Amino acid sequence: MFHVISIRDFSRDDIERVLERAREMEEVYETGDDRLEGKILCTLFFAPSTRTRLSFESAMLRLGGDVISMVGKEAASTAKGENLADTVRTVQHYCDVIVLRHPKEGAARLAAEYSSVPVINAGDGANQHPTQTLLDLYTIVKEKGRIEGLRVGVLGDLKYARTVHSLVQALAEFGARIYLISPPELRIPEHVRVDIEGKAEVTETEDVTEVLPELDVLYVTRIQREMFPDPEEFEKVKGSYKITRRMIEEYADDDLVILHPLPRVDEIEPDVDELPQARYFDQVRNGVVVRMALLDLILNG
Amino acid sequence: MSKELKVKKIRNGTVIDHIPPGRAMDIIKILNVNMEEDTVLIAVNVDSSKMGKKDIIKIEGKLLERDEVDKVAIVAPEATVNIIKDYEVVKKFKVKPPETVEGVIKCPNPNCITNDEREPVRTRFVLESDDPPVYRCEYCERLVEADRLPDLIR
Ligand SMILES: [Zn+2]
Repeated sequence: MFHVISIRDFSRDDIERVLERAREMEEVYETGDDRLEGKILCTLFFAPSTRTRLSFESAMLRLGGDVISMVGKEAASTAKGENLADTVRTVQHYCDVIVLRHPKEGAARLAAEYSSVPVINAGDGANQHPTQTLLDLYTIVKEKGRIEGLRVGVLGDLKYARTVHSLVQALAEFGARIYLISPPELRIPEHVRVDIEGKAEVTETEDVTEVLPELDVLYVTRIQREMFPDPEEFEKVKGSYKITRRMIEEYADDDLVILHPLPRVDEIEPDVDELPQARYFDQVRNGVVVRMALLDLILNG
Repeated sequence: MSKELKVKKIRNGTVIDHIPPGRAMDIIKILNVNMEEDTVLIAVNVDSSKMGKKDIIKIEGKLLERDEVDKVAIVAPEATVNIIKDYEVVKKFKVKPPETVEGVIKCPNPNCITNDEREPVRTRFVLESDDPPVYRCEYCERLVEADRLPDLIR
């Protein structure tokens, strides 16, 4: 494994290798380790995402490596002065691995072409965020022990949230049964639906309560303003779905696992948090574990 | 007299026929024809029984390979190609959508890194599915239906 640019580059075996290594990292997460001693990770964030950056930095530090970073205003002024290809050709000499977040789609692919050190895509515009997809899969496996045969509901903006597309495509590949739940305006694009219908059983609905009793996993997404090409369209659909405590208590199985990539806006009522089904804060830890696994695979093999 | 008769025959080379009218120059661009050295006959708005009007390109002295000629399908999916030796047609085929399209097409996604003029990058589209043909930008991963490609020529 060298660059991590798009989940599309990952075979099923590749994904399983990451999940396997992540399981090994659970213990290392607790004890710490020095397997990446002397290695330097550089976080290059041309678009803000404090959580993602901290997660990568925490992962590197837990493995004994060091972190340098260029973020916020510093990254913004660099971006004004030189192109990304030049930045990467400079920064590669400061570090052993680059973690890149960039507002433009395809930026990570371009960076990888110019970099002599591995590049990990931490989000390229509205396109890919492969470590998010991997941590979602890992969380589901960790909670449920498997993906095959699971009934997984994905609720929210299925139209523009493209990390959701990556997730359902991977879930279909692994044999889950998929429930697509969204307001009509935010239905999954035709080509993604056709793609997953070829591999998995798929149900589409607007009413979450209708399918809630059947679900093993409910993955809730938020509506992100920046993903919408038309702000009016965003205004029309924001706040159009919400998971409430009453809904879960009334319809959901006790074993249901509720996930959310965080940060949440208003898609899940705060008093759902105390329910045993709510696992979205555990998901954050899994993010660190999965990123440890990736760094170990990339830098140690 | 039919207009077609005005297009001179070539001895050795490649004839690309059934090009939609007005697209001949796009094809010259796509095929990297050297307009200073190569002998090229271009006929535009020729009467065609099949298409009403069509363009034709004849390139003297160049026997184009299948892979190269298929790039023509980007703007002329119905084009036919004749390979000529000693005034005889020795090979004739219809173009098919190429597996990859590099450089000639602009990505329709304005937020794609390939549309940032400061970056040293060529576009690259890969054929994702046939029937109807759909391409995917290797960078932003957006899907582009093949019938949109003619409008995306740089
Ligand atoms: Zn693109």
